[in-house]
Amino acid sequence: MSAARATVRLLGERVSFRVGRRLVATVGAVLLLLVVCAAIALYTGNSAISVDGVTAILLGDYAGSTSFEIYTVLDVRLPRMLAAVIAGGALGISGAIFQRLTDNPLGSPDLIGFTGGAATGALLVITTGGGLAVGTALGAFAGGVVAAAVILALAWRSGLEGYRLILVGIGVTAVLSAVRAYLLSRADLEDAQAGLRWLTGSLDGRDWGDVGIGAVACLMLVPATILAHRPLDRLAVGSELATAQGLTVSRWRIGIALIGTAWVGVAVVIAGPVAFVALAAPHILRSLTGGAGPLLLSSGLLGGLLLLLADLVGLRLFAPTQLPAGVVTAVVGGAYLLWILQRRRGRTMG
Amino acid sequence: MTGTDASPDALEARGVSLGYPRREVIEGLDLRIRRDSFTVLIGPNACGKSTALKGLARLIDPSRGSIVLNGHDIAHRRTRDVARELALLPQSPITPPSVTVGDLVARGRAPYQSLLRQYSRDDERIVRESLATTGTLDLIDRTVDELSGGQRQRVWISVVLAQQTGVLLLDEPTTYLDLAHQIEVLDLCARLHAEGRTLVVVLHDLTLAARYATDIVAFKAGRVVAQGAPAEVITAATVREVFGVECAVIADPHTGTPLVVPARPPHLGGETQPPAEPTHREDRSRS
Amino acid sequence: MLLVSLVVLALLVVCSVMIGARPVAFDAVLQILTGSDDPRLRVDSVVIWTLRLPRTVLAIVVGAALGVAGALIQAVTRNPLADPGIIGVNAGAALLVVLAVSVFGWSGVLATTGAGMLGALAALLAVAVLSTRSRMSPLVLVLAGTALAAAVGGVTSGLLILDSGALDQVRFWTVGSLAGRDPELIWPSVALVTLAVLVGGAIAVRVNTLALGDEMAKSLGTSVARTRAIAVVVVAVLCGAATAAAGPIGFVGLAVPFAARLVAGLDTRWVILLSLSFGAVLLLAADVVGRVIAGSGELEAGIVVAAVGAPLFIALALRQRMERL
Repeated sequence: MSAARATVRLLGERVSFRVGRRLVATVGAVLLLLVVCAAIALYTGNSAISVDGVTAILLGDYAGSTSFEIYTVLDVRLPRMLAAVIAGGALGISGAIFQRLTDNPLGSPDLIGFTGGAATGALLVITTGGGLAVGTALGAFAGGVVAAAVILALAWRSGLEGYRLILVGIGVTAVLSAVRAYLLSRADLEDAQAGLRWLTGSLDGRDWGDVGIGAVACLMLVPATILAHRPLDRLAVGSELATAQGLTVSRWRIGIALIGTAWVGVAVVIAGPVAFVALAAPHILRSLTGGAGPLLLSSGLLGGLLLLLADLVGLRLFAPTQLPAGVVTAVVGGAYLLWILQRRRGRTMG
Repeated sequence: MTGTDASPDALEARGVSLGYPRREVIEGLDLRIRRDSFTVLIGPNACGKSTALKGLARLIDPSRGSIVLNGHDIAHRRTRDVARELALLPQSPITPPSVTVGDLVARGRAPYQSLLRQYSRDDERIVRESLATTGTLDLIDRTVDELSGGQRQRVWISVVLAQQTGVLLLDEPTTYLDLAHQIEVLDLCARLHAEGRTLVVVLHDLTLAARYATDIVAFKAGRVVAQGAPAEVITAATVREVFGVECAVIADPHTGTPLVVPARPPHLGGETQPPAEPTHREDRSRS
Repeated sequence: MLLVSLVVLALLVVCSVMIGARPVAFDAVLQILTGSDDPRLRVDSVVIWTLRLPRTVLAIVVGAALGVAGALIQAVTRNPLADPGIIGVNAGAALLVVLAVSVFGWSGVLATTGAGMLGALAALLAVAVLSTRSRMSPLVLVLAGTALAAAVGGVTSGLLILDSGALDQVRFWTVGSLAGRDPELIWPSVALVTLAVLVGGAIAVRVNTLALGDEMAKSLGTSVARTRAIAVVVVAVLCGAATAAAGPIGFVGLAVPFAARLVAGLDTRWVILLSLSFGAVLLLAADVVGRVIAGSGELEAGIVVAAVGAPLFIALALRQRMERL
C-alpha cells in the first residue's frame, strides 16, 4: 500500500506478505558484491593459477591442472571462502537478533558477553594443550552456552529486558576478558600466540570440516530464524503493547536469545570471535534500506560479505604478511563505530 | 468480536491482587466493567489505576483472583485469542524507528496474521478503515516520527482499532497533549463508544472525565473508593477523599455534568488545605 | 570512615610486607624497617627493601590513582558505571604501551608511562566528547566504551601477533600485576600520581557543580569546558601512569567511588578523598589476597579485582533503573 513497500499475494489469499522495495534492491546489490568477492577469493592468491584453470577445476574438469592447483582451489580457497561467508553470515544474523532484542543499535553479541564466553572456552582448550580443531570448537561451543546461560539467568527478572541484558553482558564480558588475560599469561609462549591468533578471529587454514559444521548448523538455524522473524518484529512496539496484541513475550524473548546465541556459537567455532561484523552488518543494512524490520537473513548476507572482504583485505593488503580477518574488522569496525556515534550525536540512543 | 454470553459485564475482576515482585499494588480488587460502557478510571498518581488496567489486559498476571472477559477467565485462554477481543494502548508505547503510519497500524493486525499469511486484503482494508475512523488516512505514508502529538496519538488509537476488538483499554491517552488535542482524542473515544465498543480509559482531568464517561471508577491506594455514574462519583466529598483537595462541584454550564472547581487558594485568602486523608465523610456537593 | 580505611591500609601494608613466597615474621619486619643489620635477616632484608616495599608502594599508588580517576570520570560524565577499564581508557593506554614496546622498541619506564598517558588521553577524549556532546545515556556510554575497548584491543592483538617478542614482554603486564617491578622506576609514577591527585582535589568543588547539569553549573559560576578539560587531563595522567606501571586493571575505578559515595554522599571533594584511600586499600588487599590464595604461585591483582568488581558492576547496574549520577 505505501509506495516504499510492495504487497505480494500468492495462492489466492493463503500466502501474503509485504516487502520493502529498497530492501529488495539492497539485497540484490549485496548478493552481487558477494559473488564478485567470492570470485576474487577463488581466482586470486599466492599461487598464480590461470582464470581458465580455476574455472575448469571448479567445473570438475581436472585434465589440464596439476594436483597442487586442484588442491589449492578446491581444498584451500573454496572452503576458506565458504567458511568466511558462513561465519560472517552467522555473525550478521546474531547481531541483528541481539540489537533488536536489546532495542539498542550497540547491543551486539560481541559487546554483551555472548561472544566472549565462546572465546574463553576455546582459549581454555588451546592453552591447556588441546590445540586440536575439534577440541577448540567444542570448547568454544561449551563456553558460549555457559556464558549465555549465566547472562540470561542474571538478566532475567520476571521478564527479559534489553537494558538488563546489556549491562549484565558487559559485566560478564569484563570478567571473561580478565580470565582470558590470565590464561594467556599462564600458557607457553607458543600456546599463547596460537591462542591470541585465535582470539582475534581468523580464517587461516579453514577446511571442509569447518564448512561442514557451518552447513549443518545453517540447516537447523535458518528455519528457526525465519520463525523468529515475525515475533521479533512485533516486539518493536514494546513488550506491553506486544503482549496486548497477543504475543507471549517472555517465551519468545528467551527463544530468540537462544537462536542468536546458537548463531554466535557457529561463527566463533568457525572463525573465532571476530569483532564488529555483528555490530556493523545490521546497522549498515538499516541505513541502506531505511527499513524498520528485523532484517535477519539480509543482515546475514551482508555479514558474510563483510567477513569475506575483511579476509581478502587481510590476505592481500600487506602480502606476504597476513593479517587475521579479526584485526581488519577491529580496525575498520572501530572507526565505523566512532563515526556512527558521532553522527548520532544529539539523538537519544538507548 | 464480543462474546456470545449474555453477561451484562464485558470485563470483570474477581478478587484480584496485582503488583510487582515483592510489592502488591492492588489487593482483592472487585471491579465490573459494564458492556457498552465508557468507563473512566480516576485517582491520584500511583493509586493503582494503571496497574489495574494492565491487570485487566493480562500484562501483569494476578497473584490471586481472576479476570473474566466476556464470561471467560482469560488465564485459561490463548493470549492471541484474548487479543481479538480486548486491546490495550499503553501509556507510552514504543515507536519502532522510521516506521510509517501504515506499517505501524498494520501491526495491530498481528493477532490475525500468521507466518504465511502476513498481509491479506482484509488486513489492508481494516488498516485503512482504522485510519479513516481516526481521521488520519491521509497520513498513511508519513513516518510516525514526523507527526504532531495529537496526530500521533490518533495513529496509535488506530493501531488498537485495527485489532478489531469489542473492548478497548486506553492508559492516559490524553497525557502530554494540549487542551485542543485532549478534546479531539476524547471526542474520538466517544465516537468509538457510540459505535458499540466498550471503553476503559485512565484520565486525570476530572471535568473531562465527567463529560465523556458513562461510568467512573475512583481509585485510591489500590482500592476502589467509588463507582457509578459521573454525577454520583464526582462529588466534593469524593474529590476530598481521593485527592485530598477541597473543592466545589458545580454543574457544567454546557453539559450539566459535574464540574470541579478547586477551593480558593491561600494567597487569595482561602484556607490552607486540610490533611490529605480526612476521616469524616460529608457531602457538600452542589453548593 | 577515612580514619578506619587508613588504619586498614596500615594493617594491609604490614601484611603485604610479611606475606609472600618467603614469609617474614612481624618482629623481623620491625627490625628490618628500623634499620637493623642482623646478619640472620640479611636475605629477608633484601626481599623487603627491594621487592615487598616497592611493590606495596606501587599497589597503594596505582590503587589510589585508579580510585580517584574513577571518581572524577564518574562525576564528569554523570555516569555511575563509568570506569577507566570499562570505557576503554585502559585499553587505549595499553595500545600505546604495546606500540612503544614493539614498534619503537622503547623500554624505559618514562617512555612507557608517557605512552600510556597519551593512549589514555586519546581514549578519554573520544569518550568525553561522545558522552558530553551527544547526551548519551549511561548505558550507551558504557556500550560505546566497551566497543572502543574492543576495537583498540583488536589493534593491540594484531601488533602482538606480528611480534612474538613483544607478546612475551607484554602478556604478563596485560593481566594487571604488581609483581616484579624495578623499585627505582616507581618514583616517577608516585610523583606524577601525587601531582595529578592534588590538581584533581583542587578542581573538586567545580566538578561538584557539574553534577547539576551544565546549565546549572554555568549559572553557579563554573567554567564548564575548562573544568571538564582539566578533569580529563587529570584522569588521563592517573590512568596512564597506573596502567603503565601495573597494566590495565579494571573495576577499581568503578567499585571504589561507589563505596565512597555510599559513605560520603555526592560531595565530590569527600568522594575523591575517600576514593584515594579506598583505592589503595582495595588494590593492596587484592595483591595480598592474590599472593595468599594461589599457593606457590600468585594470582595477579587485576584478576582478583575483576573477580570482586564485576559482580559489583552487575549488581549496581541492576539495582537502580540506570539513573544518571
